[in-house]
Amino acid sequence: MLSRTADNLFWLSRYVERAEYLARILDATQRLSALPLAYVGTGNEWESAVLTAGCAGPFFKQYETATEENVTDFLAFSPANPSSIRNCFEMARGNARAVRTALTGEMWDAINGTWLELKRFGNGPSSREETSRFLRWVQESSLRYDGSAYRTMLRSDAYWFSRLGVYMERADNTARILDVKYHLLLPEHERVGGPLDYFQWAAILRSVSALTAYHWVYRESLKPWLVADLLILKEEMPRSLASCYEAIVRNLDAIGSTYGRQGAAQRHARGIRTRLQNSKMDGIFQRGLHEFIGEFITENNRLGVNITEQFLQ
Amino acid sequence: MGLAFDEMRGHDGKAVRPAYGELDRWLKEVPADVLDYRRREAELIFRRIGITFAVYGEADATERLIPFDVIPRIMSGGEWRQLEKGLTQRVNALNMFIKDIYSGREVLRAGVVPEDMIFRNPAFRPEMNGQSVPHDIYVHIAGIDIIRVDADTFYVLEDNARTPSGVSYMLENREIMMRLFPELFSRHRIAPVENYPDELLASLKSVAPLSTPKEPNVVLLTPGVYNSAYYEHSFLADKLGVELVEGRDLFVKDEVVYMRTTQGPQRVDVIYRRVDDDFIDPLAFRPDSILGVPGLMSAYTAGNVTLANAVGTGIADDKAIYSFMPEIVKFYLGEEPLLKNVPTWRCREAEHLTYVLDHLPELVVKEVHGSGGYGMLIGPSASKIAIEQFRAKLKAAPDNFIAQPTLALSTSPTCVESGVAPRHVDLRPFVLTGRKGVRIVPGGLTRVALKEGSLVVNSSQGGGTKDTWVLDG
Amino acid sequence: MRIRIAHTTTYTYDAPPKSVTQVLRLTPRNHDGQYVLNWRIDLSRDSQLHQREGAFGNISHVFTAEGPFNELTVSVEGEVDTQDTSGVIRGTVERFPPALYLRDTQLTEADAAIIAFAEGIRAEAGADRLTVLHALLTALNEGFAFDTEPTHVGTTAAEAFKLKRGVCQDGTHVFIAAARHLGIPARYVGGHYCRTDEAAPQEAGHAWAEAYIDKLGWVGFDPTHGLSPTEAHVRVAVGLDYLGAAPVRGSRVGGGNETMSVAVKVTPATWQAQGGSWQTQSQK
Repeated sequence: MLSRTADNLFWLSRYVERAEYLARILDATQRLSALPLAYVGTGNEWESAVLTAGCAGPFFKQYETATEENVTDFLAFSPANPSSIRNCFEMARGNARAVRTALTGEMWDAINGTWLELKRFGNGPSSREETSRFLRWVQESSLRYDGSAYRTMLRSDAYWFSRLGVYMERADNTARILDVKYHLLLPEHERVGGPLDYFQWAAILRSVSALTAYHWVYRESLKPWLVADLLILKEEMPRSLASCYEAIVRNLDAIGSTYGRQGAAQRHARGIRTRLQNSKMDGIFQRGLHEFIGEFITENNRLGVNITEQFLQ
Repeated sequence: MGLAFDEMRGHDGKAVRPAYGELDRWLKEVPADVLDYRRREAELIFRRIGITFAVYGEADATERLIPFDVIPRIMSGGEWRQLEKGLTQRVNALNMFIKDIYSGREVLRAGVVPEDMIFRNPAFRPEMNGQSVPHDIYVHIAGIDIIRVDADTFYVLEDNARTPSGVSYMLENREIMMRLFPELFSRHRIAPVENYPDELLASLKSVAPLSTPKEPNVVLLTPGVYNSAYYEHSFLADKLGVELVEGRDLFVKDEVVYMRTTQGPQRVDVIYRRVDDDFIDPLAFRPDSILGVPGLMSAYTAGNVTLANAVGTGIADDKAIYSFMPEIVKFYLGEEPLLKNVPTWRCREAEHLTYVLDHLPELVVKEVHGSGGYGMLIGPSASKIAIEQFRAKLKAAPDNFIAQPTLALSTSPTCVESGVAPRHVDLRPFVLTGRKGVRIVPGGLTRVALKEGSLVVNSSQGGGTKDTWVLDG
Repeated sequence: MRIRIAHTTTYTYDAPPKSVTQVLRLTPRNHDGQYVLNWRIDLSRDSQLHQREGAFGNISHVFTAEGPFNELTVSVEGEVDTQDTSGVIRGTVERFPPALYLRDTQLTEADAAIIAFAEGIRAEAGADRLTVLHALLTALNEGFAFDTEPTHVGTTAAEAFKLKRGVCQDGTHVFIAAARHLGIPARYVGGHYCRTDEAAPQEAGHAWAEAYIDKLGWVGFDPTHGLSPTEAHVRVAVGLDYLGAAPVRGSRVGGGNETMSVAVKVTPATWQAQGGSWQTQSQK
């Protein structure tokens, strides 16, 4: 297939996934900031949301302080934020339009329908209720797109590239949360702070839709190191780094065996997966959680470059 | 302008012509609200599948729907056969003319067409001089705009020999009609059009470079998603089962064209290009073009890739050249033209210009190199001020204009606010030429001017489309 | 006169490009006034040079060099024997009748100012085409200042005429625009001019015009020097304007910013029997 087609499919999925991630962050932050201060401490949750969304740069160029209003607008609707939810859907649809023939009718309907409905929200939600409705709609739209791809696409390279986009983006997003919130997840003896963090942990889990999953996996009350374990190493948890890499390797291998050729991208992805498989939380904490996440982000970006060079240009 | 010929009721408006008999009965049976409901359903389907086009010069309307009229335009088999012969003759002559223009230029030597109309024409491409193309075919896909003025007379309004568009509407309109009006369909025997993509692919493959391996790799080159006909490009690529490529997907090395794929470079043999000459190769034509493929002309002149249509075909569909078509047909084929030309005054000629200036309120004046109904004057419906403004434009650059009488385009029953009423229509059949000759799928795109009395059918000027039925037998 | 031509174009890139494709019109052909003794093109990167004849009879070469590399050099070297033909050009490869060269191009379109200028000259010089063209040549040579600053390769005749300054390309475009407006076929010639007064490398080739006169044929006019081409002129390529005769048209994928430097050396040559190699001298 055309490199550009693969590129469009890859980014189409990434943008849809990113929109959903941003919606989850906003949702979790909204809940957190609705709690009385006594439960969550005095940190600015909205600033933290900007950081986890990875757009501190453009945001603080425009605003001095982060408030519910300006962060919600910036992450959800601002045209000035290249990665706002609205722009993500615009770009997703732009990519879809460029490769319409590579999409199934259902996928096109899903993304084009989302884009058309987006207009309904005008310049953005004007109340909390509307914001909640909007965020739910974003998550549903993403599910619809993802589901249509999963259920209707031919299992060929087009499908694998589209899946790669999902998992690359997902790994990046989970790593980003960990990067910003790592200080809340350190083991007991290293931690500062106190029980106030409970709601922070819950918020982290919620932003990767894993609050219920946590309880099923550990059958314990929230423990920060277990939250870290769940997000990093548990393959059964769909948004964990380990799970993302299981999927990345699987999809890259499918491409490799169809094309009859393995390359730098496959080798690199297998390397990262092996490292995740061989890691234990104890060891990660010993070497430093923040360093571990930092390295992961670098390696994940390198894989992105490898994929681009090998297939997408 | 007298009363126009109505496709359903002829000139006198009384007797229904045979081809329309069933439709007439059906229109009488079908309740108005059902028709209206289907009409809205059709619009919904179009909107959902995203058949849109862009209108230049309208900032917020980058994607708009072309109105679709649910009442088909019908031709009898006999009428179609007459038209088909004329179209075949016309396109054969066009191909012979282009070949001659880029080789021996006999037609100039014989004085049939004045030399400066060729050499000073921006559509003439010196780069094509002496260049041979497979099987001497230049215009692989032609869209010939036809208007009808009475039961037996068809005129060619315009030849489109560059990158004619609209065929996706022909196919989609049929699809939608079959979905919405199965009962009306079952009452007719209608020649199919859905084999058009197969015919097109076969034509394209048949003109692959002679050096090509058995199975040529065909691609469709689009300017990209911002082009007004992008929907059609992606639609056709899909139906043909070929890659839809943009300039940046292709590259040239050692006079061979390749496309960038996830499995490395893959050779390309035939390019069905929907990018204008000016933009296809920044190293040969406009250096600022980012839509093209640098070096494409080197591969083309080396004979390693076929472009469809060929470079430089615009010389044949220029509106000034158009006025010479009857002589051109006679010159190459030694036959009388089967399709008439609309009488045309070439404003570059002093006598013609005088006549045109004296008769502006009666005439249609068009830009020689324009298309899409932009920049034209329709005398009878224009205001005095508009006519005077146009007069100044015309005087300043007479070479740029031709004028034609206002023809009474035939009308066809059409759904409008007040019910069903006659509206003016034209027809663009798509003529394919390959190694084995000319193929025309029976039908084409019928465009309809939805405003009462309007003669402008262009989609960019508020025109709509209809399905075109050619009855079998 | 035997002229030795050597020029090198060096491209340097901020980031290594993936590939570079160029069309070169750097190779002169023979005609009555010039004979090419030897000629070669060298590329600093291994790539195939494909030779073709272009639309106007020019020899062109196309190549694609695959990256990555930081620098690309195109060098041309050769010798041409020339004779003075009083500006009349015969024996050239002609693919079109002169009428083709009445075609307007974007770079050579006459605006109101050029039209007025051309018609003014004709009013003074009378009906004889040769006289008109010489008057045009003189007027442009006197009224147009050589200046490399204000114009660039995309400057149109109309823009340059308004400035009344520019390089040889600009003066030539104005000459062509004016001649064509008067109904005289005219074309652009890209080539070299051998200066005998100094040997310092130049930064560019030379350009002048040719106009068609019945009975005489194509006649050269060099607005920069205010004369018809002499034995010091070497014709390389013709076209409707600069773009059609451009020595290089290129395109690349990747590479960031590109810096180009050109060194052209055009000198009279003498043959030294013993050495077996060409020697150049700075003064004749």
